[in-house]
Amino acid sequence: MELLKDVLDHINFIGAVALFVIGLYTVVTHSNLIKRILGINIMGTAIFFFFIAVGNVLEGAPPLIDPDGNSEVVFINPLPSVLILTGIVVVVSITVYSLSLVVRIYETYGTIDQKEIAAIQKGEDYSD
Amino acid sequence: MNDIIVRSITRIVIPFVMLYGIYIVLHGHISPGGGFSGGALVGSSLILYTLVFGVDKARKKFSHRVSEIAESGGILLYLFVGALGIILSGSFLSNQSAGFPMGELGSLLSGGVIPILMIVIGIKVASTMISLFHILIEEEK
Amino acid sequence: MKKKFIASIFILLFVVLVYSIMQMPAGVGVDSLAYSESTEYYIENAASETGVTNIVAAILTDYRAFDTLGETIVLFTSIVAVVSVLRPDKKYEEGERHE
Repeated sequence: MELLKDVLDHINFIGAVALFVIGLYTVVTHSNLIKRILGINIMGTAIFFFFIAVGNVLEGAPPLIDPDGNSEVVFINPLPSVLILTGIVVVVSITVYSLSLVVRIYETYGTIDQKEIAAIQKGEDYSD
Repeated sequence: MNDIIVRSITRIVIPFVMLYGIYIVLHGHISPGGGFSGGALVGSSLILYTLVFGVDKARKKFSHRVSEIAESGGILLYLFVGALGIILSGSFLSNQSAGFPMGELGSLLSGGVIPILMIVIGIKVASTMISLFHILIEEEK
Repeated sequence: MKKKFIASIFILLFVVLVYSIMQMPAGVGVDSLAYSESTEYYIENAASETGVTNIVAAILTDYRAFDTLGETIVLFTSIVAVVSVLRPDKKYEEGERHE
C-alpha cells in the first residue's frame, strides 16, 4: 500500500515520462518522415508537462491576487508557467520549419519514406 | 467545402470565437490567459474560415499586405514602447518608474503599459498563425 | 523479432526513469521543492509594484519583458525561414539554370 500511495503522489511525473517514452518510440521505429516530426513534438510537450508539474504545491490556489481578500493564501509557483510560454512558441516554430522541409523533400524525391529516400540517394551516388 | 451544414454553422460560430479570443487578450492582466492564448484563438478562427470557404476568398480578406503590416508593425510597436521607457525614465521597458498611469488594482485600465503589450502579442501571434497556414497550403499553378 | 527487441529496451528505459522519479519529493506545502526566494519576492511584491492582479502576466510583461521581445522575434524568424524554403527567389533559380 505504501507503493500505491507513492505512485499516486507522483502520478503527474509518471505520466510525463510515459508520454516522453511514447514519443521516442515513435521517432525510432517508424520510417515515415511526418510521423517522426510528430514524435518530436510529443517529446517536447512531455517535457513541458514535467516542468510545470514540478512547480505544483498541494492545495495551492492559482496565482491570481484577490484585491479585497485575505493575504494568507498559498499560491502555486508561477515561474515555470512563464518560462514554458516561451518554450511552446519555439517548439511550434521548429515543427513548422521541418514540415516545410518535408514539402521540399517530396518535390525532389517523390516519396516521404526514409528508407526509399536512402535507396534513391545511393542510386544517385553510383550514377554520378 | 460544399456542404451546406458546415457553411451555415461556420458563418454563425466564427464571430463568437473571435469575440471570445479578443476578450481573453484584453483581460489578460485580470484573469488567466493573456496575449498568447488569445492570439491563438483569433488565429484559429481565421484558419477555420480558410478551411471552409477556400483559399481565394480568405486571401481577399487577409491579403499579403495586411500580414506584412501586422508582422512588422508588432515588433516596431513593442520597441517603440520600450524606447518610451528610455525617454521617460532611463531604463528599457520600464513600467512604474517611468510614470505610466497605474490605476486601481483589478480594474480594466490598470497596470500602465501591460495591456498594450498584451494586445501587441495577440496581434502578432494571430498574424503568424494565419500567414504560416496560407504559405503551407498554397499550390503551384 | 526486431520490434520485440526494441519494445523491450523501451520498457526497460521506462522502468529506470520511473524508479529515479520516485526519489523526487512530491510538493506538500510552501517549503517544498518548488519554492525559492525569487518566487516569494514575485508573489509578495507583484501587486504593489506592477498594479495588476495576474502574477503570471505581471512577470511575463513587466519583470521579464525582454524575454517576451525575444519571443516575438522568434515568431517573426519562423515566418522568414518558411518563406525562404517554400518560395525561393526567382532570380536565383534562373541564374542557376543559365550556368
